[in-house]
Amino acid sequence: MSEWWTYSLSDFLMFSPRTYYRLFELYNLAIWPWQLLAIAGGLGVLALWLRGGRWHGRAIAAILAAAWLWVAWAYLLVRFDTINWAARYFAAGFAAEAMLLIWSGLICDRLQMQRERWNAAKVSGLGLFGFALFVWPLIGLPVGRPIVQAEIFGVAPDPTAVATLGVLLGARRIRWELMIIPLIWCAISAATLWTMRSPDFFLPLVAAALVIVIAIRAAVLSLAARSG
Amino acid sequence: MIDLDRRTFLHCVTTAGAAALFPRSLSAKPAAVLTKPVPSSGEALPLVGLGSWITFNVGNDVAARDACATVMQAFFAAGGRLIDSSPMYGSSQQVIGYGLAKLGHPAELFSADKVWISSGSRGPGQIEASRGAWGVRRFDLLQVHNLLNWEAHLPKLLAMKAAGRLRYVGITTSEGRRHREFERVMRTQPLDFIQVTYNLLDREVESRLLPLAHERGIAVIINRPFRQGDLVRRLERYPLPAWASEINCTSWAQFALKFIISHPAVTCVIPATTRTDHVQENLGAASDPLPDAAMRERMIAYVETL
Repeated sequence: MSEWWTYSLSDFLMFSPRTYYRLFELYNLAIWPWQLLAIAGGLGVLALWLRGGRWHGRAIAAILAAAWLWVAWAYLLVRFDTINWAARYFAAGFAAEAMLLIWSGLICDRLQMQRERWNAAKVSGLGLFGFALFVWPLIGLPVGRPIVQAEIFGVAPDPTAVATLGVLLGARRIRWELMIIPLIWCAISAATLWTMRSPDFFLPLVAAALVIVIAIRAAVLSLAARSG
Repeated sequence: MIDLDRRTFLHCVTTAGAAALFPRSLSAKPAAVLTKPVPSSGEALPLVGLGSWITFNVGNDVAARDACATVMQAFFAAGGRLIDSSPMYGSSQQVIGYGLAKLGHPAELFSADKVWISSGSRGPGQIEASRGAWGVRRFDLLQVHNLLNWEAHLPKLLAMKAAGRLRYVGITTSEGRRHREFERVMRTQPLDFIQVTYNLLDREVESRLLPLAHERGIAVIINRPFRQGDLVRRLERYPLPAWASEINCTSWAQFALKFIISHPAVTCVIPATTRTDHVQENLGAASDPLPDAAMRERMIAYVETL
Protein backbone atom coordinates (compact mmCIF):
# COMPACT_ATOMS: atom_id res chain seq x y z
CA MET A 1 0.00 0.00 0.00
CA SER A 2 1.60 3.26 -1.10
CA GLU A 3 1.43 6.50 0.89
CA TRP A 4 0.25 4.47 3.88
CA TRP A 5 0.62 7.49 6.17
CA THR A 6 -2.27 9.19 4.35
CA TYR A 7 -4.73 6.46 5.39
CA SER A 8 -6.87 6.73 8.50
CA LEU A 9 -8.73 3.95 10.31
CA SER A 10 -11.97 5.02 8.66
CA ASP A 11 -10.45 4.19 5.25
CA PHE A 12 -10.47 0.53 6.27
CA LEU A 13 -14.02 0.45 7.61
CA MET A 14 -16.02 -0.97 4.73
CA PHE A 15 -19.39 -1.57 6.42
CA SER A 16 -21.82 0.51 8.45
CA PRO A 17 -22.47 -0.05 12.18
CA ARG A 18 -26.00 -1.06 11.25
CA THR A 19 -24.72 -3.83 8.98
CA TYR A 20 -22.13 -4.93 11.55
CA TYR A 21 -24.64 -5.41 14.37
CA ARG A 22 -27.31 -6.79 12.06
CA LEU A 23 -24.80 -9.52 11.19
CA PHE A 24 -24.79 -10.61 14.86
CA GLU A 25 -28.58 -10.56 14.87
CA LEU A 26 -28.88 -12.83 11.82
CA TYR A 27 -26.07 -15.06 13.12
CA ASN A 28 -27.71 -15.48 16.54
CA LEU A 29 -31.04 -16.32 14.94
CA ALA A 30 -29.41 -18.81 12.58
CA ILE A 31 -27.52 -20.78 15.23
CA TRP A 32 -30.05 -20.66 18.08
CA PRO A 33 -30.06 -22.54 20.53
CA TRP A 34 -26.35 -23.36 20.23
CA GLN A 35 -25.61 -20.25 22.27
CA LEU A 36 -26.81 -22.22 25.32
CA LEU A 37 -24.15 -24.85 24.69
CA ALA A 38 -21.51 -22.12 24.43
CA ILE A 39 -22.61 -20.62 27.76
CA ALA A 40 -22.59 -24.09 29.30
CA GLY A 41 -19.03 -24.47 28.03
CA GLY A 42 -18.15 -21.19 29.75
CA LEU A 43 -19.70 -22.37 33.00
CA GLY A 44 -17.73 -25.58 32.57
CA VAL A 45 -14.48 -23.60 32.35
CA LEU A 46 -15.38 -21.80 35.58
CA ALA A 47 -16.19 -25.07 37.37
CA LEU A 48 -12.98 -26.73 36.21
CA TRP A 49 -10.97 -23.67 37.21
CA LEU A 50 -12.40 -23.53 40.73
CA ARG A 51 -12.70 -27.25 41.44
CA GLY A 52 -9.54 -28.43 39.78
CA GLY A 53 -8.82 -32.08 39.17
CA ARG A 54 -6.19 -33.95 37.24
CA TRP A 55 -7.60 -33.10 33.82
CA HIS A 56 -8.81 -29.57 34.49
CA GLY A 57 -6.13 -27.81 32.40
CA ARG A 58 -6.62 -30.09 29.44
CA ALA A 59 -10.42 -29.78 29.62
CA ILE A 60 -10.30 -25.97 29.82
CA ALA A 61 -7.92 -25.86 26.84
CA ALA A 62 -10.24 -28.15 24.88
CA ILE A 63 -13.31 -25.98 25.57
CA LEU A 64 -11.46 -22.77 24.65
CA ALA A 65 -10.03 -24.36 21.49
CA ALA A 66 -13.52 -25.46 20.44
CA ALA A 67 -14.81 -21.90 21.03
CA TRP A 68 -12.01 -20.36 18.92
CA LEU A 69 -12.53 -22.88 16.13
CA TRP A 70 -16.28 -22.30 16.09
CA VAL A 71 -15.88 -18.51 15.95
CA ALA A 72 -13.28 -18.87 13.19
CA TRP A 73 -15.60 -20.90 11.02
CA ALA A 74 -19.19 -20.00 11.88
CA TYR A 75 -18.77 -16.27 12.45
CA LEU A 76 -15.59 -15.00 10.81
CA LEU A 77 -15.46 -17.21 7.72
CA VAL A 78 -19.16 -17.82 7.02
CA ARG A 79 -20.65 -14.47 8.14
CA PHE A 80 -18.13 -11.68 8.68
CA ASP A 81 -16.31 -12.52 5.45
CA THR A 82 -19.41 -11.46 3.51
CA ILE A 83 -18.86 -7.82 4.53
CA ASN A 84 -15.12 -7.74 5.26
CA TRP A 85 -12.58 -9.37 2.94
CA ALA A 86 -10.03 -9.32 5.80
CA ALA A 87 -12.23 -11.69 7.84
CA ARG A 88 -10.63 -14.78 6.25
CA TYR A 89 -7.28 -13.70 7.69
CA PHE A 90 -8.89 -13.12 11.08
CA ALA A 91 -10.40 -16.61 10.81
CA ALA A 92 -6.92 -18.03 10.16
CA GLY A 93 -5.71 -16.25 13.30
CA PHE A 94 -8.55 -17.69 15.37
CA ALA A 95 -7.87 -21.18 14.00
CA ALA A 96 -4.18 -20.74 14.85
CA GLU A 97 -5.10 -19.82 18.44
CA ALA A 98 -7.24 -22.96 18.63
CA MET A 99 -4.28 -25.05 17.45
CA LEU A 100 -2.00 -23.39 20.02
CA LEU A 101 -4.51 -24.14 22.78
CA ILE A 102 -4.71 -27.78 21.63
CA TRP A 103 -0.94 -28.11 21.48
CA SER A 104 0.02 -26.23 24.60
CA GLY A 105 -3.01 -26.92 26.80
CA LEU A 106 -4.43 -30.21 25.64
CA ILE A 107 -1.40 -32.17 24.41
CA CYS A 108 1.39 -30.68 26.55
CA ASP A 109 -0.83 -29.94 29.60
CA ARG A 110 0.72 -26.52 30.16
CA LEU A 111 -2.48 -24.72 31.15
CA GLN A 112 -2.59 -25.46 34.85
CA MET A 113 -4.78 -22.99 36.69
CA GLN A 114 -3.78 -21.12 39.84
CA ARG A 115 -6.08 -22.51 42.53
CA GLU A 116 -4.14 -22.36 45.78
CA ARG A 117 -3.61 -18.63 46.17
CA TRP A 118 -5.98 -15.72 45.56
CA ASN A 119 -3.51 -13.25 44.07
CA ALA A 120 -4.17 -10.23 41.81
CA ALA A 121 -3.71 -12.27 38.65
CA LYS A 122 -6.23 -14.91 39.67
CA VAL A 123 -8.80 -12.37 40.87
CA SER A 124 -8.41 -10.27 37.71
CA GLY A 125 -8.53 -13.36 35.51
CA LEU A 126 -11.70 -14.63 37.13
CA GLY A 127 -13.22 -11.14 36.98
CA LEU A 128 -12.38 -10.81 33.29
CA PHE A 129 -13.72 -14.27 32.50
CA GLY A 130 -16.94 -13.62 34.43
CA PHE A 131 -17.37 -10.25 32.70
CA ALA A 132 -16.93 -11.84 29.27
CA LEU A 133 -19.33 -14.68 30.07
CA PHE A 134 -22.11 -12.88 31.96
CA VAL A 135 -21.88 -9.13 31.21
CA TRP A 136 -20.59 -8.92 27.62
CA PRO A 137 -23.86 -10.20 26.07
CA LEU A 138 -25.70 -7.35 27.80
CA ILE A 139 -23.39 -4.41 27.01
CA GLY A 140 -25.35 -3.42 23.92
CA LEU A 141 -28.59 -2.92 25.85
CA PRO A 142 -27.77 0.47 27.47
CA VAL A 143 -26.79 1.90 24.07
CA GLY A 144 -29.96 0.68 22.37
CA ARG A 145 -28.85 -2.55 20.73
CA PRO A 146 -31.42 -5.36 21.13
CA ILE A 147 -30.57 -8.59 22.97
CA VAL A 148 -30.83 -10.54 19.72
CA GLN A 149 -27.59 -8.78 18.67
CA ALA A 150 -25.82 -10.01 21.82
CA GLU A 151 -22.20 -11.07 21.55
CA ILE A 152 -21.78 -14.31 23.51
CA PHE A 153 -18.72 -16.25 24.67
CA GLY A 154 -17.91 -19.11 22.32
CA VAL A 155 -20.09 -17.58 19.61
CA ALA A 156 -18.73 -14.06 19.03
CA PRO A 157 -15.04 -13.11 18.81
CA ASP A 158 -14.76 -10.33 21.41
CA PRO A 159 -16.06 -12.16 24.52
CA THR A 160 -14.22 -15.31 23.42
CA ALA A 161 -10.92 -13.44 23.22
CA VAL A 162 -11.47 -11.59 26.52
CA ALA A 163 -12.60 -14.75 28.34
CA THR A 164 -9.49 -16.56 27.07
CA LEU A 165 -7.29 -13.74 28.32
CA GLY A 166 -9.02 -14.08 31.70
CA VAL A 167 -8.18 -17.79 31.83
CA LEU A 168 -4.57 -17.17 30.78
CA LEU A 169 -4.21 -14.52 33.46
CA GLY A 170 -5.35 -17.01 36.08
CA ALA A 171 -2.97 -19.75 34.94
CA ARG A 172 -0.20 -20.96 37.25
CA ARG A 173 2.38 -19.77 34.70
CA ILE A 174 1.79 -16.93 32.25
CA ARG A 175 1.55 -18.48 28.78
CA TRP A 176 2.59 -15.57 26.56
CA GLU A 177 2.42 -17.68 23.41
CA LEU A 178 -1.32 -18.11 23.96
CA MET A 179 -1.91 -14.43 24.74
CA ILE A 180 -0.60 -12.88 21.53
CA ILE A 181 -3.54 -13.60 19.23
CA PRO A 182 -6.29 -12.64 21.74
CA LEU A 183 -4.43 -9.38 22.46
CA ILE A 184 -4.08 -8.62 18.75
CA TRP A 185 -7.79 -9.31 18.29
CA CYS A 186 -8.68 -6.93 21.13
CA ALA A 187 -6.72 -4.19 19.36
CA ILE A 188 -8.40 -4.91 16.00
CA SER A 189 -11.85 -5.01 17.57
CA ALA A 190 -11.32 -1.79 19.55
CA ALA A 191 -10.14 -0.03 16.37
CA THR A 192 -13.20 -1.27 14.46
CA LEU A 193 -15.63 -0.21 17.19
CA TRP A 194 -13.91 3.17 17.60
CA THR A 195 -14.12 3.83 13.86
CA MET A 196 -17.82 2.91 13.96
CA ARG A 197 -18.20 5.32 16.90
CA SER A 198 -19.56 2.53 19.08
CA PRO A 199 -19.69 3.76 22.67
CA ASP A 200 -18.32 0.42 23.97
CA PHE A 201 -15.15 0.60 21.87
CA PHE A 202 -12.94 0.89 24.95
CA LEU A 203 -13.90 -2.49 26.46
CA PRO A 204 -11.55 -4.76 24.45
CA LEU A 205 -8.82 -2.16 24.88
CA VAL A 206 -9.23 -1.95 28.66
CA ALA A 207 -9.33 -5.75 28.91
CA ALA A 208 -6.13 -6.07 26.88
CA ALA A 209 -4.35 -3.34 28.85
CA LEU A 210 -5.38 -4.93 32.16
CA VAL A 211 -4.08 -8.31 31.02
CA ILE A 212 -0.75 -6.92 29.84
CA VAL A 213 -0.13 -4.95 33.06
CA ILE A 214 -1.09 -7.78 35.41
CA ALA A 215 0.70 -10.44 33.38
CA ILE A 216 3.91 -8.40 33.36
CA ARG A 217 3.57 -7.80 37.12
CA ALA A 218 3.01 -11.52 37.74
CA ALA A 219 6.00 -12.43 35.59
CA VAL A 220 8.24 -9.94 37.44
CA LEU A 221 7.06 -11.20 40.85
CA SER A 222 7.64 -14.78 39.79
CA LEU A 223 11.15 -13.94 38.60
CA ALA A 224 11.91 -12.10 41.85
CA ALA A 225 10.64 -15.03 43.93
CA ARG A 226 12.82 -17.46 42.04
CA SER A 227 15.95 -15.33 42.28
CA GLY A 228 15.24 -14.47 45.95
CA MET B 1 -9.35 27.43 -13.01
CA ILE B 2 -10.88 26.51 -16.35
CA ASP B 3 -12.73 29.44 -17.86
CA LEU B 4 -15.46 27.73 -19.80
CA ASP B 5 -19.16 28.36 -20.14
CA ARG B 6 -20.79 25.40 -18.47
CA ARG B 7 -23.61 25.52 -20.98
CA THR B 8 -21.21 24.32 -23.63
CA PHE B 9 -20.93 21.13 -21.61
CA LEU B 10 -24.45 20.62 -20.48
CA HIS B 11 -27.21 18.92 -22.30
CA CYS B 12 -30.51 18.85 -20.59
CA VAL B 13 -32.38 15.61 -20.96
CA THR B 14 -36.07 16.40 -21.02
CA THR B 15 -38.50 14.51 -18.89
CA ALA B 16 -40.07 12.99 -21.96
CA GLY B 17 -36.73 11.94 -23.35
CA ALA B 18 -35.64 10.27 -20.14
CA ALA B 19 -39.00 8.55 -19.85
CA ALA B 20 -38.46 6.96 -23.24
CA LEU B 21 -35.35 5.26 -21.85
CA PHE B 22 -37.20 3.89 -18.89
CA PRO B 23 -38.16 0.28 -18.17
CA ARG B 24 -41.83 -0.49 -17.90
CA SER B 25 -41.33 -1.92 -14.42
CA LEU B 26 -40.66 1.50 -12.97
CA SER B 27 -43.79 3.54 -12.64
CA ALA B 28 -42.39 6.86 -11.38
CA LYS B 29 -41.59 9.45 -14.03
CA PRO B 30 -38.02 10.67 -13.99
CA ALA B 31 -37.46 14.38 -13.58
CA ALA B 32 -35.25 16.31 -15.97
CA VAL B 33 -31.65 15.51 -15.10
CA LEU B 34 -28.72 17.47 -16.47
CA THR B 35 -26.13 15.45 -18.34
CA LYS B 36 -22.65 15.97 -19.71
CA PRO B 37 -21.03 14.17 -22.60
CA VAL B 38 -18.21 11.69 -22.11
CA PRO B 39 -15.49 13.48 -24.12
CA SER B 40 -14.18 10.35 -25.84
CA SER B 41 -17.59 9.30 -27.19
CA GLY B 42 -20.11 12.10 -26.75
CA GLU B 43 -22.39 9.78 -24.77
CA ALA B 44 -24.50 11.79 -22.33
CA LEU B 45 -24.18 10.86 -18.65
CA PRO B 46 -26.35 12.27 -15.85
CA LEU B 47 -24.33 14.55 -13.61
CA VAL B 48 -25.21 12.50 -10.53
CA GLY B 49 -24.51 8.76 -10.22
CA LEU B 50 -24.61 6.28 -7.34
CA GLY B 51 -21.66 5.08 -5.27
CA SER B 52 -21.71 1.82 -3.32
CA TRP B 53 -18.83 2.14 -0.79
CA ILE B 54 -20.11 0.97 2.64
CA THR B 55 -23.79 1.56 1.84
CA PHE B 56 -24.26 -1.51 -0.38
CA ASN B 57 -21.96 -3.80 1.60
CA VAL B 58 -24.74 -5.58 3.49
CA GLY B 59 -23.68 -9.21 3.01
CA ASN B 60 -26.41 -11.83 2.67
CA ASP B 61 -29.00 -9.88 4.67
CA VAL B 62 -32.07 -10.23 2.43
CA ALA B 63 -33.97 -7.34 4.04
CA ALA B 64 -30.97 -5.02 3.61
CA ARG B 65 -30.44 -6.24 0.03
CA ASP B 66 -34.08 -5.44 -0.73
CA ALA B 67 -33.59 -1.96 0.75
CA CYS B 68 -30.58 -1.44 -1.55
CA ALA B 69 -32.65 -2.60 -4.52
CA THR B 70 -35.25 0.01 -3.55
CA VAL B 71 -32.53 2.67 -3.51
CA MET B 72 -31.45 1.55 -6.99
CA GLN B 73 -35.05 1.64 -8.18
CA ALA B 74 -35.40 5.21 -6.87
CA PHE B 75 -32.10 6.08 -8.55
CA PHE B 76 -33.22 4.87 -11.98
CA ALA B 77 -36.69 6.38 -11.47
CA ALA B 78 -35.08 9.77 -10.81
CA GLY B 79 -33.11 9.54 -14.08
CA GLY B 80 -29.80 8.14 -12.79
CA ARG B 81 -27.57 5.84 -14.84
CA LEU B 82 -24.02 5.37 -13.51
CA ILE B 83 -23.50 2.98 -10.59
CA ASP B 84 -19.94 2.54 -9.34
CA SER B 85 -18.42 -0.29 -7.32
CA SER B 86 -15.22 -2.23 -6.70
CA PRO B 87 -14.05 -5.69 -5.60
CA MET B 88 -12.72 -3.82 -2.56
CA TYR B 89 -16.24 -2.98 -1.39
CA GLY B 90 -17.09 -6.33 0.24
CA SER B 91 -20.46 -7.63 -0.94
CA SER B 92 -21.43 -4.42 -2.79
CA GLN B 93 -21.02 -5.97 -6.24
CA GLN B 94 -23.24 -8.94 -5.33
CA VAL B 95 -25.82 -6.59 -3.81
CA ILE B 96 -25.84 -4.48 -6.98
CA GLY B 97 -26.30 -7.67 -9.00
CA TYR B 98 -29.18 -8.66 -6.73
CA GLY B 99 -30.80 -5.26 -7.22
CA LEU B 100 -30.32 -5.26 -10.99
CA ALA B 101 -31.87 -8.72 -11.28
CA LYS B 102 -34.78 -7.64 -9.10
CA LEU B 103 -35.33 -4.54 -11.25
CA GLY B 104 -35.18 -6.56 -14.48
CA HIS B 105 -31.76 -5.23 -15.52
CA PRO B 106 -32.67 -1.61 -16.39
CA ALA B 107 -31.42 -0.80 -19.88
CA GLU B 108 -30.21 2.66 -18.88
CA LEU B 109 -27.60 1.27 -16.43
CA PHE B 110 -24.07 2.55 -16.92
CA SER B 111 -21.96 -0.02 -15.03
CA ALA B 112 -18.68 1.27 -13.60
CA ASP B 113 -16.44 -1.12 -11.70
CA LYS B 114 -12.76 -1.50 -10.92
CA VAL B 115 -9.90 -3.93 -10.95
CA TRP B 116 -8.16 -4.04 -7.57
CA ILE B 117 -5.54 -6.74 -7.19
CA SER B 118 -1.74 -6.68 -6.88
CA SER B 119 -1.22 -9.57 -9.27
CA GLY B 120 -1.46 -8.57 -12.92
CA SER B 121 -2.16 -12.12 -14.06
CA ARG B 122 -5.13 -12.45 -11.71
CA GLY B 123 -6.74 -9.21 -12.93
CA PRO B 124 -8.84 -10.82 -15.71
CA GLY B 125 -10.16 -13.44 -13.27
CA GLN B 126 -11.17 -10.75 -10.82
CA ILE B 127 -12.91 -8.77 -13.58
CA GLU B 128 -14.80 -11.88 -14.66
CA ALA B 129 -15.88 -12.54 -11.06
CA SER B 130 -17.04 -8.92 -10.77
CA ARG B 131 -18.98 -9.20 -14.02
CA GLY B 132 -20.64 -12.34 -12.74
CA ALA B 133 -21.57 -10.61 -9.47
CA TRP B 134 -23.22 -7.73 -11.35
CA GLY B 135 -24.88 -10.09 -13.81
CA VAL B 136 -24.06 -7.86 -16.78
CA ARG B 137 -22.92 -8.92 -20.25
CA ARG B 138 -20.03 -6.46 -20.13
CA PHE B 139 -19.01 -3.46 -18.07
CA ASP B 140 -19.37 0.03 -19.48
CA LEU B 141 -16.36 1.29 -17.55
CA LEU B 142 -13.50 -0.47 -15.78
CA GLN B 143 -11.03 1.53 -13.73
CA VAL B 144 -7.71 0.60 -12.11
CA HIS B 145 -8.51 1.11 -8.44
CA ASN B 146 -6.10 3.45 -6.65
CA LEU B 147 -3.55 2.84 -9.42
CA LEU B 148 -2.83 -0.60 -7.93
CA ASN B 149 -0.42 -2.26 -10.40
CA TRP B 150 -1.78 -0.07 -13.19
CA GLU B 151 1.20 -0.98 -15.39
CA ALA B 152 -0.12 -4.56 -15.63
CA HIS B 153 -3.86 -3.89 -15.60
CA LEU B 154 -4.20 -0.92 -17.94
CA PRO B 155 -2.94 -2.68 -21.12
CA LYS B 156 -5.40 -5.52 -20.45
CA LEU B 157 -8.30 -3.10 -20.03
CA LEU B 158 -7.33 -1.30 -23.24
CA ALA B 159 -7.18 -4.67 -25.03
CA MET B 160 -10.65 -5.51 -23.70
CA LYS B 161 -11.92 -2.19 -25.03
CA ALA B 162 -10.32 -2.80 -28.43
CA ALA B 163 -11.97 -6.23 -28.53
CA GLY B 164 -15.38 -4.71 -27.77
CA ARG B 165 -15.61 -6.34 -24.33
CA LEU B 166 -15.51 -2.99 -22.55
CA ARG B 167 -16.62 0.52 -23.51
CA TYR B 168 -14.43 2.80 -21.41
CA VAL B 169 -11.17 2.61 -19.44
CA GLY B 170 -10.13 4.66 -16.44
CA ILE B 171 -8.06 5.02 -13.29
CA THR B 172 -9.01 6.11 -9.78
CA THR B 173 -7.55 7.59 -6.66
CA SER B 174 -9.08 9.06 -3.54
CA GLU B 175 -8.33 11.70 -0.93
CA GLY B 176 -5.39 13.19 -2.78
CA ARG B 177 -3.18 10.10 -2.96
CA ARG B 178 -0.51 9.55 -5.62
CA HIS B 179 -1.50 12.63 -7.64
CA ARG B 180 1.92 12.98 -9.24
CA GLU B 181 1.85 9.44 -10.61
CA PHE B 182 -1.83 9.85 -11.46
CA GLU B 183 -0.99 12.88 -13.56
CA ARG B 184 1.77 10.96 -15.32
CA VAL B 185 -0.65 8.17 -16.27
CA MET B 186 -3.17 10.76 -17.47
CA ARG B 187 -0.53 12.30 -19.72
CA THR B 188 0.73 9.04 -21.20
CA GLN B 189 -2.26 6.66 -21.42
CA PRO B 190 -5.39 6.82 -23.59
CA LEU B 191 -7.88 7.13 -20.73
CA ASP B 192 -11.61 7.73 -21.08
CA PHE B 193 -12.26 8.40 -17.39
CA ILE B 194 -10.52 9.35 -14.20
CA GLN B 195 -12.05 9.18 -10.71
CA VAL B 196 -10.82 11.50 -7.95
CA THR B 197 -11.95 13.05 -4.67
CA TYR B 198 -13.36 16.57 -4.89
CA ASN B 199 -15.69 18.47 -2.60
CA LEU B 200 -16.20 21.88 -0.98
CA LEU B 201 -13.22 21.33 1.31
CA ASP B 202 -10.96 18.94 -0.65
CA ARG B 203 -10.11 20.92 -3.78
CA GLU B 204 -6.53 19.86 -4.52
CA VAL B 205 -7.55 18.43 -7.91
CA GLU B 206 -8.59 21.91 -9.12
CA SER B 207 -5.00 22.96 -9.64
CA ARG B 208 -3.71 20.25 -12.00
CA LEU B 209 -5.79 17.12 -12.47
CA LEU B 210 -9.11 18.69 -13.48
CA PRO B 211 -7.55 21.11 -15.99
CA LEU B 212 -5.46 18.25 -17.39
CA ALA B 213 -8.55 16.05 -17.74
CA HIS B 214 -10.28 18.83 -19.67
CA GLU B 215 -7.23 19.41 -21.84
CA ARG B 216 -6.90 15.71 -22.72
CA GLY B 217 -10.64 15.05 -23.11
CA ILE B 218 -10.96 12.71 -20.15
CA ALA B 219 -14.28 12.35 -18.31
CA VAL B 220 -14.13 12.92 -14.55
CA ILE B 221 -16.03 11.00 -11.86
CA ILE B 222 -15.96 12.52 -8.38
CA ASN B 223 -15.94 10.31 -5.28
CA ARG B 224 -16.41 11.18 -1.59
CA PRO B 225 -18.47 14.32 -2.26
CA PHE B 226 -19.65 14.41 1.36
CA ARG B 227 -16.47 13.05 3.00
CA GLN B 228 -18.43 9.90 3.91
CA GLY B 229 -21.22 12.04 5.37
CA ASP B 230 -18.99 14.04 7.71
CA LEU B 231 -19.15 17.17 5.55
CA VAL B 232 -22.95 17.29 5.40
CA ARG B 233 -23.27 16.43 9.11
CA ARG B 234 -20.94 19.32 9.88
CA LEU B 235 -22.73 21.77 7.57
CA GLU B 236 -26.16 20.79 8.86
CA ARG B 237 -25.32 22.46 12.18
CA TYR B 238 -25.75 25.75 10.32
CA PRO B 239 -28.68 27.14 8.32
CA LEU B 240 -28.46 27.00 4.56
CA PRO B 241 -27.67 30.56 3.34
CA ALA B 242 -30.65 32.38 1.87
CA TRP B 243 -28.81 32.88 -1.42
CA ALA B 244 -28.69 29.09 -1.93
CA SER B 245 -32.19 29.46 -3.34
CA GLU B 246 -30.66 31.31 -6.33
CA ILE B 247 -29.30 27.93 -7.48
CA ASN B 248 -32.39 26.00 -6.32
CA CYS B 249 -30.68 24.30 -3.39
CA THR B 250 -33.02 23.02 -0.72
CA SER B 251 -30.43 21.18 1.39
CA TRP B 252 -26.74 21.18 2.24
CA ALA B 253 -26.34 17.95 0.26
CA GLN B 254 -27.60 19.69 -2.88
CA PHE B 255 -25.38 22.67 -2.08
CA ALA B 256 -22.34 20.36 -1.90
CA LEU B 257 -23.28 18.44 -5.06
CA LYS B 258 -24.07 21.54 -7.13
CA PHE B 259 -20.67 22.92 -6.25
CA ILE B 260 -18.98 19.78 -7.57
CA ILE B 261 -20.95 19.24 -10.76
CA SER B 262 -20.70 22.90 -11.74
CA HIS B 263 -16.97 22.50 -12.28
CA PRO B 264 -16.53 22.49 -16.06
CA ALA B 265 -14.26 19.44 -16.04
CA VAL B 266 -16.52 17.26 -13.87
CA THR B 267 -18.69 14.71 -15.67
CA CYS B 268 -20.41 12.93 -12.78
CA VAL B 269 -20.44 12.73 -8.99
CA ILE B 270 -21.21 9.47 -7.17
CA PRO B 271 -22.69 10.00 -3.70
CA ALA B 272 -23.58 6.79 -1.84
CA THR B 273 -26.71 6.46 0.24
CA THR B 274 -29.05 3.95 1.85
CA ARG B 275 -32.12 6.19 1.59
CA THR B 276 -34.48 6.72 -1.31
CA ASP B 277 -35.27 10.32 -0.26
CA HIS B 278 -31.54 11.07 -0.38
CA VAL B 279 -31.33 9.54 -3.86
CA GLN B 280 -34.07 11.88 -5.02
CA GLU B 281 -32.41 14.81 -3.27
CA ASN B 282 -29.06 13.97 -4.89
CA LEU B 283 -30.50 13.59 -8.39
CA GLY B 284 -32.41 16.82 -7.78
CA ALA B 285 -29.07 18.61 -7.63
CA ALA B 286 -28.48 17.75 -11.30
CA SER B 287 -30.79 20.54 -12.38
CA ASP B 288 -30.58 24.11 -13.56
CA PRO B 289 -29.43 26.56 -12.45
CA LEU B 290 -25.92 25.44 -11.59
CA PRO B 291 -23.58 27.91 -9.87
CA ASP B 292 -21.42 30.08 -12.10
CA ALA B 293 -17.79 30.90 -11.26
CA ALA B 294 -18.74 33.80 -8.98
CA MET B 295 -21.28 31.72 -7.11
CA ARG B 296 -18.75 28.89 -6.70
CA GLU B 297 -16.32 31.32 -5.08
CA ARG B 298 -19.10 32.52 -2.79
CA MET B 299 -19.94 28.93 -1.80
CA ILE B 300 -16.31 28.18 -0.90
CA ALA B 301 -15.94 31.39 1.07
CA TYR B 302 -19.13 30.75 3.02
CA VAL B 303 -18.32 27.13 3.90
CA GLU B 304 -14.81 28.07 4.98
CA THR B 305 -16.23 30.51 7.53
CA LEU B 306 -18.34 27.82 9.21
